Amino acid sequence: MKVKLVIFIILLNLQFAYAESITVKQNEIFKNLRCLICQGQSVADSNSEFAQTIKLVVKDQIKEGKSEKEIYNFLVDKYGEWIVYKPIFNKYNFLLWVLPYLIFFLGGYIIFFIIRKKQV
Amino acid sequence: MQKKIIKLTTILLIVFILGVFFAGLNQSSFYDTKGQAGQKLTYIKLEDFNNGTLITKINLKKNNFMLINFWASWCAPCRDEHPFLIRLQDDKRLKILGVNFKDKKNNALKFLNDFGNPYDKLAKDEFGRYSINFGIYGIPESILIDSNFVILKKFIGPITDADYNDIKKIIRK
Repeated sequence: MKVKLVIFIILLNLQFAYAESITVKQNEIFKNLRCLICQGQSVADSNSEFAQTIKLVVKDQIKEGKSEKEIYNFLVDKYGEWIVYKPIFNKYNFLLWVLPYLIFFLGGYIIFFIIRKKQV
Repeated sequence: MQKKIIKLTTILLIVFILGVFFAGLNQSSFYDTKGQAGQKLTYIKLEDFNNGTLITKINLKKNNFMLINFWASWCAPCRDEHPFLIRLQDDKRLKILGVNFKDKKNNALKFLNDFGNPYDKLAKDEFGRYSINFGIYGIPESILIDSNFVILKKFIGPITDADYNDIKKIIRK
């Protein structure tokens, strides 16, 4: 009897843990999706008709076992890249990703040059 | 020499930043999905309005041109565009598929009874799930496609007189 109870409690906990991980995953996805008809709101923040439908579809796709990347790709295919807050790296936005590093190294070089010049 | 490089870099950086601001300010702040024209509708799944049977690409293959119109009885702008849909109904080269979006059946039927039924085929999307496959984000929205399911034009918002003429022009080609 005790063994059965322990197994039951373990299974129940596993179920809770799984349900929680699913909720965390879907909330992460909602936060990275832009509500196209709202002013500066994510799907997570909005209760609009569009946001509600997107939430429904994302939940469906998670249930179907689709990965986060697959869900984003599906929505980008339907609505364009504007729907995701975190842009996907491509030839059109590579500067957006590379420029901060470029400025960082260039700034570092300029500072190094100025300090070295002062020392001399 | 090095001073010149620093000066040039600073100027280039300022020009670049100003360029980004200029381009950004000249861009429209309203996003829409009209850019989907030219893409192919790869997946169509809808429910028949009357009997709930599935409507897929196979059921819609015979049409030369098809206008997929997303509407609802609770949508006020849908009433504005309805006369244009009624007028388009007369054109034999065009079939109109109506997708009743998140609506009550009785209200939808009353709407069609009051304003006329321009649809050759009527489908429903009770929870809005199917419309996501068409890239719909509000209603009314309409998509004009050819026999290969390629999007010829997307109409965001109610169909206007100009849109009506545009549709006529496209299907006459």
